[in-house]
Amino acid sequence: MRSLGFIARRLGALAVVLAVVSVLVFAIVQLLPGDVATEILGTSATPEDLAALRLKLGLTRPAPVRYAEWIGGVVRGDWGVSLLYQMPVRPLVLEGLGRSAVLAGLALLIAVPLSIGLGVVAALRRDRLLDHAISTLTLIALSLPEFVWGTLLILLFAYRFRVFPPSSMVDPQASLASQAARFVLPVLTLILALLAQMTRMTRASMIDALRQPFTEAARLRGLRPRRVVAHALRNALLPTVGIVALNVGFLLGGIVIVETIFSYPGLGRLLVDSVNHRDVPMLQMATLLVASAYGLANLGADIVYAYLDPRIRY
Amino acid sequence: MAELLPPAANPLPVGPAAAARRWMALRRAAGAVRGSKAATVGAAILAVHLVLAVLGPALAPYRYTEFHMTHLLEAPSRQFLAGTDQFGRDQLSRVMWGARGTLTLAVVSTVLGEALGVTVGLVGGYYRGVVDEVLMRTMDALMAFPSILLAMLILTSLGHSPTYVVAGIAIVFMPRAARVLRGVVLSLAASEFVDAARARGERGWYILFRELLPNAWTPIIVDTTIRFSYSILLATSLGFLGLGAAPPSPDWGLMINEALPFLNQAPWLALPPALAISSAVVGANLLGDGIQASLRPE
Amino acid sequence: MTTAAPLLDVRDLEVVYRTARGPVNAVRGVSFAVAPGEIFGLVGESGSGKSTVGLAVMGALRPPAAVRGDVRYRGEPLLTKSPAALRALWGRKLSIVFQNPGSTLNPVLRAGAQVMEVLQEHEGLDRAAAFARTVELFDAVQLPDPAGVAGKYPHQLSGGQQQRVSIAMALACDPDLLVMDEPTTGLDVTTEARILELVRSLRARTGAAILYISHNLAVIAQLCDAVGVMYAGELVETGPVAEVFARPTHPYTLALLRCLPRVDAPSAQRLLPAIEGALPDPAAPVTQCQFAARCPMAEDRCRREPPPLVEGLPGRTSRCFFWEKVPAPDAVPAERVRAASRTVDTGTAVLEAHGLTHEYGMPGRRLVPVLGAPPLRALDNVSLAVGGRETLAIIGESGSGKTTLGRCLVGLLRPTAGDVMLRGHTLPRRPERWTRSTRRHMQIVFQNPDLTLNPRRTVFEAVARPLELFGGGTREDRRRRAAAMLEAVKLGARYLDRLPHQLSGGERQRVAIARAFAADPDIVVCDEPTSALDVSVQAAILNLLAVLQDSRGVSYVFISHDLSVVRHLADRVMVIYRGSVVEEGRTEDVFASPRDAYTKALLAAVPTLKTPAET
Repeated sequence: MRSLGFIARRLGALAVVLAVVSVLVFAIVQLLPGDVATEILGTSATPEDLAALRLKLGLTRPAPVRYAEWIGGVVRGDWGVSLLYQMPVRPLVLEGLGRSAVLAGLALLIAVPLSIGLGVVAALRRDRLLDHAISTLTLIALSLPEFVWGTLLILLFAYRFRVFPPSSMVDPQASLASQAARFVLPVLTLILALLAQMTRMTRASMIDALRQPFTEAARLRGLRPRRVVAHALRNALLPTVGIVALNVGFLLGGIVIVETIFSYPGLGRLLVDSVNHRDVPMLQMATLLVASAYGLANLGADIVYAYLDPRIRY
Repeated sequence: MAELLPPAANPLPVGPAAAARRWMALRRAAGAVRGSKAATVGAAILAVHLVLAVLGPALAPYRYTEFHMTHLLEAPSRQFLAGTDQFGRDQLSRVMWGARGTLTLAVVSTVLGEALGVTVGLVGGYYRGVVDEVLMRTMDALMAFPSILLAMLILTSLGHSPTYVVAGIAIVFMPRAARVLRGVVLSLAASEFVDAARARGERGWYILFRELLPNAWTPIIVDTTIRFSYSILLATSLGFLGLGAAPPSPDWGLMINEALPFLNQAPWLALPPALAISSAVVGANLLGDGIQASLRPE
Repeated sequence: MTTAAPLLDVRDLEVVYRTARGPVNAVRGVSFAVAPGEIFGLVGESGSGKSTVGLAVMGALRPPAAVRGDVRYRGEPLLTKSPAALRALWGRKLSIVFQNPGSTLNPVLRAGAQVMEVLQEHEGLDRAAAFARTVELFDAVQLPDPAGVAGKYPHQLSGGQQQRVSIAMALACDPDLLVMDEPTTGLDVTTEARILELVRSLRARTGAAILYISHNLAVIAQLCDAVGVMYAGELVETGPVAEVFARPTHPYTLALLRCLPRVDAPSAQRLLPAIEGALPDPAAPVTQCQFAARCPMAEDRCRREPPPLVEGLPGRTSRCFFWEKVPAPDAVPAERVRAASRTVDTGTAVLEAHGLTHEYGMPGRRLVPVLGAPPLRALDNVSLAVGGRETLAIIGESGSGKTTLGRCLVGLLRPTAGDVMLRGHTLPRRPERWTRSTRRHMQIVFQNPDLTLNPRRTVFEAVARPLELFGGGTREDRRRRAAAMLEAVKLGARYLDRLPHQLSGGERQRVAIARAFAADPDIVVCDEPTSALDVSVQAAILNLLAVLQDSRGVSYVFISHDLSVVRHLADRVMVIYRGSVVEEGRTEDVFASPRDAYTKALLAAVPTLKTPAET
């Protein structure tokens, strides 16, 4: 009974946040300078044509009305028409979402277990050589923004060693191996940043658990070192859930950059394009989707955490 | 007869004068820097960047817009230590000129974002109730956007310029700093000295500014130094996306963007700005980590 | 018992910590022995090093602690054993129980699982056998529903139950020696009494020796066979407990015994004989007797050379040159007593409360009403009256509502129902509406000296602020009056510019008292003001409160769980249980002949200094 109420309350909070997000998205986007009509018709269009188009697009109505219309459409499944691609937004955005999900999923799949392992090892060998090595490497990895890493990786593996392609445009006719190769560099770029963040946070959480009184008490019960570490590990894993959720946020940001560098046709690329071309319907929808994804990730993390932590579950 | 305790034989020196005490938090931070090897190295690296920021234009061999039409896309040579770009501009000079913009941007946006976040966190954490709920839900909504996405949105609606980058980054930082500060205030507000102040009938603003805030300076400084590294990352990423300074400005992120099409022919182009960015961020991270480790109550 | 080979033999134990400021002596020259089946008490205040000794005799200390000396368990040296050899002993033959079970039990593992793990590790039992044994152990430590408790997580258990689980875990493999480091500190008096009872019965049943570490002399008197007294890292006296407490051979032991308020006898004097001075600096080299600076019997020799631990009376040791001259605690020197000359103003009450009730809403109730959950009632219809110059004590255990009551009285909490009246004038129920002059008359002193002063404000600022708020005058005026206040709390003007972190706990509490009295209030609510302080410091603070009451005519509402302190200081008492008043009356009436069952249980549970042999 308690858990149902818990989930219900969290979902409610998420709904509120998403509603506010949608308002914010709408408001910010509406502030965009540049005229949508001019974008579509070009600079040579006559004022009458522009005015007619504006009327046709419904741009002359008051903002709250347009917001309500937009939100109503979203809920119904009508996500508008992209001004840039002249196609319905929904299939475009869903396809982009799917492609980005592949990138993000691969990155998480590899980075999460690896970072937990590295973080725990670094904490156990604290202040010794291995820990210093891991800490230094993560610091360096952390200190370069994704676009720098991506550039360096392209330089190294695409141009210097010609192992992987520098761009990841989708080509359905290419072979499976070649298609797989296109993923390597973008995923690697994403992994680097993720790995660094999560390793450091896991290390900190593990060090904290090792310092707790109950770990020392376990040691003084004569338990073998492995069991003592297990005590600390059980506790350190709890914050890991939150760490992963937090890093999903970083990941989503990283996707935008990485898709730009590697010309990967995912949601991030759509976002950047829609920003640059003032494609309002696409921009609104893509932003809302990204924010929802992050919100859901956090919700999921909260639920998993509540399930794992007996202090909350019972 | 003395039944009560006479003054204890206390060998401690008299406390610092009131004026010096105002900077106590900063002095503690400075002490923390000196005490930590990592922080000292970080501070040293940042000092170099600071020198570049201030004296860059004077020290650079060329102006950042200076074309050399006969030396397009040249590899590093004695004349152009880091090579030239597609317009014949000296890459090294451009990096040195660019230090000023990036660092100013990072510092101002961090301080601004922290100030905004601290205000929100203080008010929400102390007054609680409806005010806290409204503020925190708004902060949650802002945090629902991944940082770069929010910054992109803000910049595209405000316009592309370094000033707006500052605003964008500050708005991105505000909810995160607010969260941290709210936590600090919540735990401080439960302390007995705050209760003692309330029992005296002190007004809310007095408690906020004279009792709580002075105790929050240390966490604020720690948080600011940690955010600083992220602001450099964010600012250069936005520059890379073309949302910051416009060409021909020597913005480091923009320079990498411009170097991308020529990566095959002129790989050296991307390296100077990459090195500049990474060294600045490494320095800021070391500084932040070191300060945080030293000031954390062990 | 003294002829059998000792189970634990400690000789010249020394522990030095390497710190950034140089080496710090935590423990020095500690020598004692524990016989099989004996309960040996180690008593001392904070900074005495007793907990360090407990860890050291287990061999548990690691760098930066450097341990020297000889610790022998069953004749074998312990400190030179390998980590693997120590692991074989820990939990099996040598066990330790810590102070705070909430933090020494792993919160994410079930209680039973944690005990089973020890059994599986040391005795190689399989799951079923380990579970059966765990249930047996839980039964032996008197846990209700042992099998059910095994399946619970630590946070689902009360403090007393958690401690029983810890004890069960320590006893799982039938150890020879059990080290218990303040196991009942932080527990309610009634819970503590039951745990002590448990420890006694366990010793009788298993024959284990126990090293019992505590700052509470009464508990040691009740429980232990022999005692060692520690001061400033040194062992200053050992011997059978009844003899040591009846006839101490070290001035510190004597001073400790005398500055304790008694719960089993009416208070003989208004002021307790407190110990003057402060602890010596642990980083300084030892060139004299560590207690000499505070010792009323000290002579030149004491200040020139440190005394060794010698056998004085048979079976006892003492670290004092003049151990023979130490008087018995009952022979109180005449000049240390000041006859009480207090009159309580009868007539209109200064402070009254009628029907105070406070309910806590369920969290999260703000936006969504919770179905059916009743609100928690912390206070239920409490009424009281305090006269001028009177001390009314509020006695209760944790969760009784006594702190809530104190906070309602000074306007930190808004009562759900009921009124507070100051000199006959009813105050607004909402504390935000209280006027400044009201606030001036009611002040509060808190329990925890660590955060009672703003860490960023000097002593002057802390004490002068009430002067500024309620008085005015120039800054110089305030500085002079603040200095006068500091004199009144026996600190002196040179503390004016110090910061809280430069003061000791007792000094901070004095500043807090100065701050409370600066505005010249009529009522001071004292919420457990000495509970976090050492016994010797407590005596001085209680004396200070008494003197201030006599000189300024304030009334106290003294909230405490410590019955001995209450009996010493209070004129009238009120016993609170679960938010309701169960008994009230004059102190002596309630203590001598309590009427309510709960009061009787409380009084029966409090340990006294009379050892079981004496009662």
